[in-house]
Amino acid sequence: MSLLTTFMSRRNSLGSPVLPFVTILMTLTVLAAIGNLWIPADSALHVSTYTITLLGKYLSFAMLALAVDIVWGYCGILSLGHGAFFALGGYAMGMYLMRQIGSRGVYGDPILPDFMVFLDWDVLPWYWLGMDQFWFAMLMVLLVPGLLAFVFGWLAFHSRVTGVYLSIITQALTYALMLAFFRNEMGFGGNNGLTDFKDLLGFSLQADTTRVALLLCTAGLLAAIFMFSHWVLKSRFGKVIEAIRDGEPRVRFLGYRTDRYKVALFVYSAMIAGIAGALYVPQVGIINPGEFAPLNSIEIVVWVAVGGRGTLYGAVIGALLVNYAKTRFTALMPDGWLFMLGALFVLVTLFLPKGLAGVYGQLITSWKRGRNRDEPPQRNQEATS
Amino acid sequence: MTALSHTAELMRRDQVWPFLQPPAASINVDKDILLYIEDLNLSFDGFKALNNLNLYINDGELRCLIGANGAGKTTLMDVITGKTQCDSGSVFFGQTINLLKYSEADIAELGIGRKFQKPTVFEAQSVFDNLELALKSNKRLLPTLLARLSPSEIDRIDTVLATIGLTDHRFQLAGALSHGQKQWLEIGMLLVSEPRLLLIDEPVAGMTAEETERTAELLTSLAGKHTVVVVEHDMEFVRSIARTVTVLHQGSVLAEGSMDHVQNHPDVIEVYLGEAP
Ligand SMILES: Nc1ncnc2c1ncn2[C@@H]1O[C@H](COP(=O)(O)OP(=O)(O)OP(=O)(O)O)[C@@H](O)[C@H]1O
Ligand SMILES: [Mg+2]
Repeated sequence: MSLLTTFMSRRNSLGSPVLPFVTILMTLTVLAAIGNLWIPADSALHVSTYTITLLGKYLSFAMLALAVDIVWGYCGILSLGHGAFFALGGYAMGMYLMRQIGSRGVYGDPILPDFMVFLDWDVLPWYWLGMDQFWFAMLMVLLVPGLLAFVFGWLAFHSRVTGVYLSIITQALTYALMLAFFRNEMGFGGNNGLTDFKDLLGFSLQADTTRVALLLCTAGLLAAIFMFSHWVLKSRFGKVIEAIRDGEPRVRFLGYRTDRYKVALFVYSAMIAGIAGALYVPQVGIINPGEFAPLNSIEIVVWVAVGGRGTLYGAVIGALLVNYAKTRFTALMPDGWLFMLGALFVLVTLFLPKGLAGVYGQLITSWKRGRNRDEPPQRNQEATS
Repeated sequence: MTALSHTAELMRRDQVWPFLQPPAASINVDKDILLYIEDLNLSFDGFKALNNLNLYINDGELRCLIGANGAGKTTLMDVITGKTQCDSGSVFFGQTINLLKYSEADIAELGIGRKFQKPTVFEAQSVFDNLELALKSNKRLLPTLLARLSPSEIDRIDTVLATIGLTDHRFQLAGALSHGQKQWLEIGMLLVSEPRLLLIDEPVAGMTAEETERTAELLTSLAGKHTVVVVEHDMEFVRSIARTVTVLHQGSVLAEGSMDHVQNHPDVIEVYLGEAP
């Protein structure tokens, strides 16, 4: 009896999405990799390096969408500032890549990046120290967004800021960071940002193999983060998080310190966004303050809304589809995308409040119901007796 | 100046800093009184919702609070559970624990459970999950993340499910329950958390006569092991469970005693007759 109870309470009505998700993701990525590296360029099955890079970019966006879904879909925290955590992770990776350039820059300075020489600086600012070490830079990819999310989350959630007010201050956060990073004196390359990267861990960023390896890394990390997040959100911790979404005061009266739960989840989500940014930068070859633009953060929310909140895989699908549409659409009508995005958001809000994942869920449920009608529902009775 | 007084308060040698005190500081009921409420005042924009309220709840008793709409019954529970700050007065849990210093979560951990007037269950989660969330357990982050239901905890939930008559609905979403069933689920959530003191606001609203009767049985069976404070408008229900009844009126206690005593009390008659339609 109790075994059954445990099993049933962990059961998801649609079955666990983890295995299908990871299988499909990894199969497609490996096929793309083979298509690029081993299938000759004149074959119809060849995958161009351009496509590989595009896929890698989409997958890092998918990871970013996953981060937003974790806070928005599961805990009701509508963050309109996750672009900031993404950009900070990206800058940390960018700083490492800048220092890898060494004396191969235009000015040939062995330590200082080109833009610092151009600004007549003669020593490296303290916050660039250590960024030539890969492990240290990767630590910063996690710590900088994590710390910012911790301070911000602690202040906001401790003073019980919620709803629209929270969304607005997250926008203000990313906007303020954008203005700061635009300034040359900040030491992050001003409005040009960081670019002209040469290599990563000694591998040339122009090489096909590096590109493919980056894509595989992105897909692998996305799969790992997906599995871990699924585990976290299905644990009792995850149940508390969902309960906070649906009735935070009630959760407090059960004895949970809800502000700590929210801060922890927010920090976790920000770190995922940071990782996504760090994977994005070497693949697109540039990071600049434009990534902090408030509009970017809003776009992420649209991806998640289209894919469907609170399922994790919905966010991934939404990010992939919307970004594919964006690539296609901007090629045809570069100025029309914003209108498209707005229209998409309105349509989804009106007609698909649960996004594409919700449509899928409905189909599955009605299919199951149709099948159950044929065979009497014996299992249900067993389960409850 | 305020900084100075804060520092002085912090440096007082007759008390331990709150964060050094174990949260489940043992509850001292040597005087057989579990809850001391003294001179409690609270006003909302000049309107006195609680007015010099004094109330003592004995350990293990079942106490009914009655009073007209707006008498301050729910507000009193809000103050006890830390949801609302009072203007002045004191609330002690046992002889030593000053509840006014604790947050909602701490107060819940101390062993005060609450059922709300409007049933509030987590509608998107199953009945079973609702009970699991309410289970008496370590509610800090890491233990919650790694928590696994032990067989005894599952048995505990199963027992409560049987008590509240929701065994057949265990995997149903709580949002799909009827109003009365939600009330029961909320009572079940109180039961699995094994509180010392239960504050129950209007438990039988929306229940059928039969459900009401079962609720009465359940609440009377709880008294003794737990201390129960029930707010209810249904006089027949109150009569069926009450030992001691306290009448609240305009934020203070109007009368207290057995049901018969209270009903024949001149002040109560005057207030109720004055307000009767
Ligand atoms: N947050 C608030 N702001 C302003 N007034 C409030 C607030 N909460 C309660 N009140 C007022 O305080 C008074 C007492 O309310 P309370 O909810 O405690 O009454 P009650 O005795 O529980 O009544 P009922 O039987 O209707 O539940 C009411 O007049 C109410 O309008
Ligand atoms: Mg009330």
